[in-house]
Amino acid sequence: MIGGLFIYNHKGEVLISRVYRDDIGRNAVDAFRVNVIHARQQVRSPVTNFARTSFFHVKRSNIWLAAVTKQNVNAAMVFEFLYKMCDVMTAYFSKISEENIKNNFVLIYELLDEILDFGYPQNSETGALKTFITQQGIKSQTKEEQSQITSQVTGQIGWRREGIKYRRNELFLDVLESVNLLMSPQGQVLSAHVSGRVVMKSYLSGMPECKFGMNDKIVIDKQGKGGTTDDSGKSGKQSIAIDDCTFHQCVRLSKFDSERSISFIPPDGEYELMRYRTTKDIILPFRVIPLVREVGRTKLEVKVVIKSNFKPSLLAQKIEVRIPTPLNTSGVQVICMKGKAKYKASENAIVWKIKRMAGMKESQISAEIELLPTNDKKKWARPPISMNFEVPFAPSGLKVRYLKVFEPKLNYSDHDVIKWVRYIGRSGIYETRC
Amino acid sequence: MPAVSKGDGMRGLAVFISDIRNCKSKEAEIKRINKELANIRSKFKGDKALDGYSKKKYVCKLLFIFLLGHDIDFGHMEAVNLLSSNKYTEKQIGYLFISVLVNSNSELIRLINNAIKNDLSSRNPTFMCLALHCIANVGSREMAEAFAGEIPRILVAGDTMDSVKQSAALCLLRLYKTSPDLVLMGEWTSRVVHLLNDQHMGVVTAAISLITCLSQKNPDEFKTCVSLAVSRLSRIVSSASTDLQDYTYYFVPAPWLSCKLLRLLQCYPPPEDGAVKGRLVECLETILNKAQEPPKSKKVQHSNAKNAILFEAISLIIHYDSEPNLLVRACNQLGQFLQHRETNLRYLALESMCTLASSEFSHEAVKTHIETVINALKTERDVSVRQRAADLLYAMCDRSNAKQIVAEMLSYLETADYSIREEMVLKVAILAEKYAVDYSWYVDTILNLIRIAGDYVSEEVWYRVIQIVINRDDVQGYAAKTVFEALQAPACHENMVKVGGYILGEFGNLIAGDPRSSPLVQFNLLHSKFHLCSVPTRALLLSAYIKFINLFPETKSTIQEVLRSDSQIRNSDVELQQRAVEYLKLSSIASTDVLATVLEEMPPFPERESSILAKLKKKKGPGAVSVNELEEGKREGGELNGGGERGDNSAISTPSPSADLLGLRTGPPVTAAAPSAGSLLVDVFSEADLEPPTESSDSLLAEGPGDSDATPGCPCMFVCLTHTHTLLSLALRFVCKNNGVLFENQLLQIGIKSEYRQNLGRMYLFYGNKTSVQFITFTTTLNVQSKPVEPLIEGGAQVQQVINIECLTDFSDAPLLNIKFRYGGALQNLTLKLPVTINKFFQPTEMASHDFFQRWKQLSLPQQEAQKIFKANHAMDTEVLKAKLLGLGMALLENVDPNPENFVCAGVIQTKAQQVGSLLRLEPNAQAQMYRLTVRSSKDTVSKRLCELLAEQF
Repeated sequence: MIGGLFIYNHKGEVLISRVYRDDIGRNAVDAFRVNVIHARQQVRSPVTNFARTSFFHVKRSNIWLAAVTKQNVNAAMVFEFLYKMCDVMTAYFSKISEENIKNNFVLIYELLDEILDFGYPQNSETGALKTFITQQGIKSQTKEEQSQITSQVTGQIGWRREGIKYRRNELFLDVLESVNLLMSPQGQVLSAHVSGRVVMKSYLSGMPECKFGMNDKIVIDKQGKGGTTDDSGKSGKQSIAIDDCTFHQCVRLSKFDSERSISFIPPDGEYELMRYRTTKDIILPFRVIPLVREVGRTKLEVKVVIKSNFKPSLLAQKIEVRIPTPLNTSGVQVICMKGKAKYKASENAIVWKIKRMAGMKESQISAEIELLPTNDKKKWARPPISMNFEVPFAPSGLKVRYLKVFEPKLNYSDHDVIKWVRYIGRSGIYETRC
Repeated sequence: MPAVSKGDGMRGLAVFISDIRNCKSKEAEIKRINKELANIRSKFKGDKALDGYSKKKYVCKLLFIFLLGHDIDFGHMEAVNLLSSNKYTEKQIGYLFISVLVNSNSELIRLINNAIKNDLSSRNPTFMCLALHCIANVGSREMAEAFAGEIPRILVAGDTMDSVKQSAALCLLRLYKTSPDLVLMGEWTSRVVHLLNDQHMGVVTAAISLITCLSQKNPDEFKTCVSLAVSRLSRIVSSASTDLQDYTYYFVPAPWLSCKLLRLLQCYPPPEDGAVKGRLVECLETILNKAQEPPKSKKVQHSNAKNAILFEAISLIIHYDSEPNLLVRACNQLGQFLQHRETNLRYLALESMCTLASSEFSHEAVKTHIETVINALKTERDVSVRQRAADLLYAMCDRSNAKQIVAEMLSYLETADYSIREEMVLKVAILAEKYAVDYSWYVDTILNLIRIAGDYVSEEVWYRVIQIVINRDDVQGYAAKTVFEALQAPACHENMVKVGGYILGEFGNLIAGDPRSSPLVQFNLLHSKFHLCSVPTRALLLSAYIKFINLFPETKSTIQEVLRSDSQIRNSDVELQQRAVEYLKLSSIASTDVLATVLEEMPPFPERESSILAKLKKKKGPGAVSVNELEEGKREGGELNGGGERGDNSAISTPSPSADLLGLRTGPPVTAAAPSAGSLLVDVFSEADLEPPTESSDSLLAEGPGDSDATPGCPCMFVCLTHTHTLLSLALRFVCKNNGVLFENQLLQIGIKSEYRQNLGRMYLFYGNKTSVQFITFTTTLNVQSKPVEPLIEGGAQVQQVINIECLTDFSDAPLLNIKFRYGGALQNLTLKLPVTINKFFQPTEMASHDFFQRWKQLSLPQQEAQKIFKANHAMDTEVLKAKLLGLGMALLENVDPNPENFVCAGVIQTKAQQVGSLLRLEPNAQAQMYRLTVRSSKDTVSKRLCELLAEQF
């Protein structure tokens, strides 16, 4: 189990130090600082071992969070906890920065007391935590409130309290996907996958029961068997194969295992319902066609064409193409028809930005790179051209088929709930070799 | 020109460095550096010429970036351009960049050398210095090649500035250190020596470093420097502190120079010239006198400088080791330092005293400080100082103070640092033995040692105490009594149990008269420790028990009970089990007479060099003080070899020298070889069941069947003959093995066992009569001379013949063995080829892959190679092949051939005339069931013969 948790700033100074077990001494703090933070990026593994002590760290901007243990813990659990910890902190004071941590250290210690007990992770649901850990000083709670919190936190549905009331019952559902690609210069897909998340924000009264349906291949095929042939043919085309998925704790896994239906009592507010990954039939929103020509030893000509590959009615946003330049670049001239392009010496790359681009369009950039002759015979490694973008659809093809809300006790029905669904596809590591 | 007005500030560089320092993260730093590199690249692009200032600035930035740990692959050209600038700062930056960044294989090296050459030949001293510094800093072979001739010229030229001379001397020193072969001694050497007379102290200091280094290699050429150095030294020593102005350091005149002069003098023996010697002694006395004077300054630098000279002077005095007066004075001076509050001084004093103690003149003087040293050992806080104190105690020990010193060291051992305990133990053991007046004291000391620091007592130490006890009758009783008492402690160290077990087993009878240590009490005491001990100790204890049975027949039943218990007789450890079984049988079967013979008291060990001393030497490495001196006049005893500790039957009954010499002597007596021959016969003739019953149990194979009538080994010279007679090719089976059955028919079986070392071999032939009738007139003739065997072989018996073989030169045909005998009246005649082949004289040679291929290529003459492609006769099993190749006698080299299927071997054939190196490569082709064998050796006949021999094996 986790023996201690430390938060450092970029210099390695300790901002938060919380030790849960006796086997972790103060010297562990220094060991991590000396061997990881001050190692000038020599240490790249998120798990490091010194003197029989394991350090698991994550970095958020300039802040290091390190969990320390001497035992053989489940590393995935520790990282899940660290990510949860980050989520909780962001929920309380937005950005994780040195300033914010210093301003909220009492709160952070309070949170650490609550979400880790003797090194065992406890309830880290923000909604639940916010009921009893507040930023506005001590709120005197009545006996009923206290007992209510106790029964909720220790009860079966720890993530939702009873007696929530909204005048307007609303539900927001975001499908957030990031698409990762590695493509050969000839346009062959070397590897591609989509990792997606379904994030919800629910403002519902009472203790509603929700049911979420999407075009999961297994579910569609099962239904298709019972339905007409026409129906199954049509739905087969649209259904997607999900490689693996994980759920929020509110989802009834037994039901998912038996019927593959996702039903749950939602927490109040924002939460991540599920995560999933697909590798088949991915819609690649952009195609990058590179053309690199080396003219003698001192010149390089680069031409890159990007093609958008989705419905013309949709608009992609925040497009950025990053073309790496050789390390001995001494000058760059860029011509592009659309957007803005600039040689960024500090990053050794040409960065080409386009604000908006509709589907089924094409754009092009050409650059002349001057090189300085070096006495090194090493050839340029030609790193891949990478790309960033945001598109308003799910590249995996995932569709929300329904989201039903049942609240038998209160008098509102599924139709009364206002539901919002949004799809956002972003680029993960989207690279084309050149 | 803007460059002039900008000056040397290089604001851009300062801004860049402060930017880097202000970077919050590594990423930001990399970004800033990338940006700067791009900027510099665009500046160096070459479309417009840069002025010297900006070139210098950018080269500086590049250098800074390089020192931050980034790769720099451009800008060298610009740096080289800076070298030809006329401005000092630009030139300096250029040289700095070159010294740090240029690698020797760069194509720029020619340009750089050219620029350096120009600067060296310029008259400007600063430029010359810069160039010399650059050469010294790079110090590569190329530089040495280019300038090794030039620099001595600059060094000795009359018109060279002093500062340049200093640089040149140090530069030459550096080149000499990196590539001594290129710096040739010439006519300049004598003039270098005369630099010692130079007016400028700096030049002298630099030159003396060079001379010291050179004279270590060629002492004769620089002999003249001694007198010059002495006169220089005396001038410095006698000068007042104000005379040397710039070279006076905290009131000490030229301390560095003095130290170096003294160190130079340590390279030579004392000067023979009386005047020079007198002057030197005077100097040394002055230095010793000065140490007595009150310090002129309270600053630590003053005393440091003074003491540095003093210690060098003392080193010189010790080095000369011929001036009793000076030695004693040095010793007294060091004695004062022993109580100094500076730890470093105490350390140095102890260290120097160690060497002083070994000098006959000052040994007594050192001894006067014994109290202080003991005190240092006890109270010193620094472990390294304590270590030195222990060393010194060891060095100053002699008969008069041995008891005191050993007692002190023993008492210190209880609290000593773990790192030095083992060494301390060895020292105590050596001192106790060396200066032991009465051996009871010695035994007490060692037992104390084991009690205090048992873990650190190595095998050698307790072997030694047992050797001494066994070799000296007068202490045996005392030793037995003492160990008995020591063993009564509730917790004893295992080493104590070992010593106790051994000594009580041997000499327990000497104390058995006392009812408090009656045999049973002794046994119970030992046995109470038994279960806490490791296997080797238990084995030793079992041997002690059987000896008890011999010494005290009344304990027999108790001990047999113990041996019979399941924990002994069914012990999972095979050694213990065997001992238990054998001892049990021995005690129940053998008569008292036999027991008394077998379990006789150990005979005295042969006198040999103490292994403890050897161990201490090994620990300390060369240069250990006063260890050598200890050796002389030492009463050495033999090392207690495996026989004592193993204590198994043969060692108890016959502690023959063969126990540890086995395989070391070239011609051991036949009796020593007989037991092994006997055991071989057992398995050679096992089915023939020829083994006559022996009266002792079967592992007591003191007398094997072959032993009783073994013929003494007949030394016969083996000369190679070119005999073209083909006979039974049985011998071919023995190419890859040494032992087995050579021949067998209904009448006779001939077993063979052979061993080879270098160009010598010994072969045992065992003639076994398979019938029940005797063979008469049994003769064997080798086509070379040999001694006759016993002419009679009884039915069912066997005789042994030993043939000594020496390989004179390489050969291809094996000697023939003719055997004639009468069996029931009929004459039997048999001719056999002896399985002696050239490969028997292989010495395996291990070598690395590239070595192998290099040698392979060297043996490329067509006649040196023999190749054969042949079909496999046996299944192609890798393990079998490996075993065969190993049996061949060559070293099988792993990971040499790029193809792992192939086998590669190397070996040297040792003949009296010459050594023939051979390399072998066997390439199996599993599909075709074929092999390709290639043998290369430095002699063509050998290659051919080996190839033939081997082709028939696979």
